[in-house]
Amino acid sequence: MDISQLTQYLIIGLADGALIALIALGYTLVYGVVELINFAHGEIFMMGAFFATTLITWIGVTRDSSAPAILVTALLGLVGAMAFSAILNFSIDRVAYRRLRNAPRLAPLIAAIGFSFILQNIGIYWHGSNAFSPPSIIPTKYVRYNILVEWFGLDTKIRVRPLDIAVLAVTIPLLIGLSWFVYRTRTGKAMRATAQDREAAALMGIDINRAIGVAFILGGSLAGAAGMVALYYNNSARFQMGFRYGLFAFTAAVLGGIGNLNGAVLGGFIIGIIWSLSDGYMKTFVSGWGAQWTPSVIFGVLVIMMIFKPTGLLGEHTSDKV
Amino acid sequence: MASRAVSLKPEPGAVTDREGQLASRDNLALGIGLLFLLAYPALDTLLGRTRLGAMEGIMVYVILAMGLNIVVGYAGLLDLGYAAFFAIGAYTMGFLTSPASYFVKQGWIPELFTSKWGFWPALAVSWVVAAIFGVLLGTPTLRLRGDYLAIVTLGFGEIVPNFFRNAAGVTGGISGINRVGVPYLPEIMGFRIHFSASTQRNWYYLMVFIGLLSLLMIRRLYNSRLGRTWAAMREDEIAAASMGVNLVKTKLWAFALGASFAGFAGSIYASAFTIVSPDQFEFSVSITILAMVILGGLGNVYGVIVGAILIGSFDRILAEELTKPLNSFGDAIGVGWLANHSVTSDRFLVFGLALVLMMLFRPAGLFPSARRKAEMQPEDEATLRHENIQLYDTLESDEPAAGSRV
Repeated sequence: MDISQLTQYLIIGLADGALIALIALGYTLVYGVVELINFAHGEIFMMGAFFATTLITWIGVTRDSSAPAILVTALLGLVGAMAFSAILNFSIDRVAYRRLRNAPRLAPLIAAIGFSFILQNIGIYWHGSNAFSPPSIIPTKYVRYNILVEWFGLDTKIRVRPLDIAVLAVTIPLLIGLSWFVYRTRTGKAMRATAQDREAAALMGIDINRAIGVAFILGGSLAGAAGMVALYYNNSARFQMGFRYGLFAFTAAVLGGIGNLNGAVLGGFIIGIIWSLSDGYMKTFVSGWGAQWTPSVIFGVLVIMMIFKPTGLLGEHTSDKV
Repeated sequence: MASRAVSLKPEPGAVTDREGQLASRDNLALGIGLLFLLAYPALDTLLGRTRLGAMEGIMVYVILAMGLNIVVGYAGLLDLGYAAFFAIGAYTMGFLTSPASYFVKQGWIPELFTSKWGFWPALAVSWVVAAIFGVLLGTPTLRLRGDYLAIVTLGFGEIVPNFFRNAAGVTGGISGINRVGVPYLPEIMGFRIHFSASTQRNWYYLMVFIGLLSLLMIRRLYNSRLGRTWAAMREDEIAAASMGVNLVKTKLWAFALGASFAGFAGSIYASAFTIVSPDQFEFSVSITILAMVILGGLGNVYGVIVGAILIGSFDRILAEELTKPLNSFGDAIGVGWLANHSVTSDRFLVFGLALVLMMLFRPAGLFPSARRKAEMQPEDEATLRHENIQLYDTLESDEPAAGSRV
């Protein structure tokens, strides 16, 4: 086995995994608080990417602009996408899911599927039905730049691009920030209380709808950030991108134990690594097989996980409510 | 959360369910609908429309929606991967009857299927194969709760077409299998019914016939012992289990029978279009069918048929027909994007809106079955209070008797 090739796949897997973890957190936050699989979450992520594209195009900075201008633009794109997705996610909850709180469990799920389709169609109106590239703001020099060679002077085939580092540099502070918010602030405490027992939390004077709304805002903003990052990491976007990423992220959330924040991050990295290894090594099993089998592999993981350990790796066992 | 308690007094409407005893008004509507379906080809020629091909697609949707209604409407199991069974039915027909199929080339298929008569036995085999896959995919999901089940079925719904697309050596990959067998009927008194690309009317009648056959079977199922255990399980699994309902068997039957009708639909679809390819069975197909079932009314097979016809006609006919007037309207009022807008690209929006609006305003569908209507009612404060008052009441009815309160 080629060690440097394996390392390369692991690096790609880490970056993919960070992205998936960001999206998976949105599923897990919402599920933890309202027990709803927010099927439209992948589309919230897609909408973040679309908004970032429009915003950056509007700002008009290109790869030839000055370094500070590019950095500020990238940051604006990130914040803009986060804000947009957060507002969108919150609004959908406000308009639809909140009215269905006391309905049978499947009603909000079906509504979420409906929103997922609506948002995809809006995506088609917005940026067409074909894949497109974002406005290029990464200076040409850095697109094929290898940090290991240029900074550390290593002679290696392994490539670490500034983009790979950027993905982690965006993701990790967000993960820490989220963790701080949920475990250290008053609102976070209210969210956790709501997740544990909604009725008891309400009796203790917690504004349930506010706590749930905050979960949707947090989940949406993480999805928006993931959208902006994925946009430049893949250098392409399409109205269907949310479906694939959304399902992968949902798998990650289930793998880690849905409702568990650390689990979502762990699951995200595991799925990211499975993804890149499957892309890389599938062809060694049967010639002609390759990345096209990756979705089957990951859905296979999802199905197996659901069947044998639906509580996930870190999830606690909760008995079904009667 | 406990759903409604079992009421001992017969609720009005619950027993004389739409499907149990059709009122004469319903019979009339059914007759008119049937007459319209039978007369449609003549109307089509008369009005100078050329929509028979689209009507074939709609009839396939009707069969699919009736099948999904068994799983979602009767048994209450949300299946988001129903297109997988549609694909399995279609590919079974292709594998058995097409000279281009890998299995036929290997000489593994008996001549019964590859001869000119092949369609009929292949239709039956597709029905059975789809049912078997229903059991195979159903077995591992039995322990799962409603929303988890939905996601696992979605996973299967992705894996199956993905497999057909990627296992190119056997399935023909992205281009699929062509030259799928067509039905053959013998000459009766010098008159023979042909099935080819130019005889759309015959295809249409064949589909109406199979649709009616399916309807008949499904109605019998609904009123059978199995149908009643589905209703019991859907309303309260634990209560049903303690009354002696075998949940595993009941769920597997729902999966198998639901899938089998998708097998029907898939094999006719493959035969009518003489080609099977993986992109006919994407996730959006599963959701489109789900939208039909929900729009029409979960659990009411006639409502579901209407839902399928409504969404199917929007999908296949109306979206195209609406584009022209919309464009000329856009021209007239000078709005550029309206003038060039194609309604066919709004389909996802319409299906999505249908799902959301139905859930918000009419969760039991346009034509709800009385039973389902009662179940889908949100437990609002009034009901909760009502239930609390009667907490110790064994006899719960909609009109609380004065003396029965504790």
